[in-house]
Amino acid sequence: MTEHDITLSVNGTEHELTVEPRTLLVTALREDLGYTGANVGCETARCGACTVRVNGEAIKSCMRFAVQSDGAEIETVEGLAENGDLAPLQEQFQENHGLQCGFCTPGMLMTADTYLKDADDPSREEIREAIEGNLCRCTGYHNIVDAIEATLEQREASHE
Amino acid sequence: MYANDFEYYRAESVDEAVDLLGDHEGAELLAGSHGLLPRMRTGEEAPPALVDMNAVDGLSSIEHIDGDLSVGALVTHAELAESELVREHAPALADAAGEVGDIQVRNGGTIGGNLAHGDARTDHPAAVLALGGSLDVTGPDGDRSIDAADLFTGHFETAVGEQEVVTALRVPLEDDASSTYHKHRNPLSGYPLIGVGAWAQTDGETIERVRVAATGNLAHPKRLAAVEDALEGESLEADTITAAAEQATSLGDDEFRPDVQASPTYCRHLLSVYTERALRDVLGVDGE
Repeated sequence: MTEHDITLSVNGTEHELTVEPRTLLVTALREDLGYTGANVGCETARCGACTVRVNGEAIKSCMRFAVQSDGAEIETVEGLAENGDLAPLQEQFQENHGLQCGFCTPGMLMTADTYLKDADDPSREEIREAIEGNLCRCTGYHNIVDAIEATLEQREASHE
Repeated sequence: MYANDFEYYRAESVDEAVDLLGDHEGAELLAGSHGLLPRMRTGEEAPPALVDMNAVDGLSSIEHIDGDLSVGALVTHAELAESELVREHAPALADAAGEVGDIQVRNGGTIGGNLAHGDARTDHPAAVLALGGSLDVTGPDGDRSIDAADLFTGHFETAVGEQEVVTALRVPLEDDASSTYHKHRNPLSGYPLIGVGAWAQTDGETIERVRVAATGNLAHPKRLAAVEDALEGESLEADTITAAAEQATSLGDDEFRPDVQASPTYCRHLLSVYTERALRDVLGVDGE
């Protein structure tokens, strides 16, 4: 099969790579470029462990071929921390015990981080709906919702 | 699991996509990839070539054209769910789009691919049938329109030809009409076990025109003619709605898709319940 030369911008860094058409975006990120934050879980668009942002939108990177994303701006969990300092959302996951085994965490963080960009005083129910595409088999979600709420409260407090 | 190998082509225009489909026997179009990709990975589909539509300009807008609401084939479910134009003129479509999967899936999947692929389990078909929509398609012989009522012919079978490209969904704009979509969600998959779309025009006392359609565990999405017949021209009362919804149970066993978790008897029951809910909502009649 014909391979294709593509360019992916990941967390602001441009990468040129050659992929088979059938290579998934998550596979290209993990195995070709070494961004192993996005995990491969269910491979059926249910679990959300592979969630990354493509051109600003949270998507499941097991559900598209890498070649489809040629030229796209991709953001992964590796891009959340700045200069080694965890982002406020990551700190709150730590503070609130929003993770246990950690497998779902990169995807959960990318979905929650994207949601928080436009969220305006959401209820806990709305936060739960926002992360319905990310499955966690450890925490029961309670602490994850706490972490997201705490991030919002922290953000509001810093604006006052 | 990897998909089988395939050749990948990126179309720059609708005409080029039509040509590429003609040049490569068995080729399929690739848009949001949420319908096709999982089936390629399980081997349920193995097209030798894919033609990527994502670089084609002009298929991503939602606008008024010639008295219709026109939705470009590459519009995502999330864009549909959030569009004020869709919410105002085709609320059933906004409802259905908002019910798809989760936010990541809604950001990925597209309306054109959803309707052309013909997965009978998905939400949109009931809304599109109830709204009296149609698809604009372009093929080797030029442009044509496919009425939603003729579109769905089976599970993963539609009236869109092998060399045809869906460019837009059209929904006629009609005054004093309203629409809605109600769904019983399969808790495992998120797909509708039964989803019902309803569209109606009334004068406040009489149901003048109505369309009701269902999707989910059916052989294919379809209008519920017996329900519509029981409503049209009737007075706007709770008893009329209950009696009409009862007509939804007239579907035979062979009109449902086999499912070990949901028998035709159960699905028939859901169908009448959700038909009644959708009708009460669209007609503004309270109570159960």
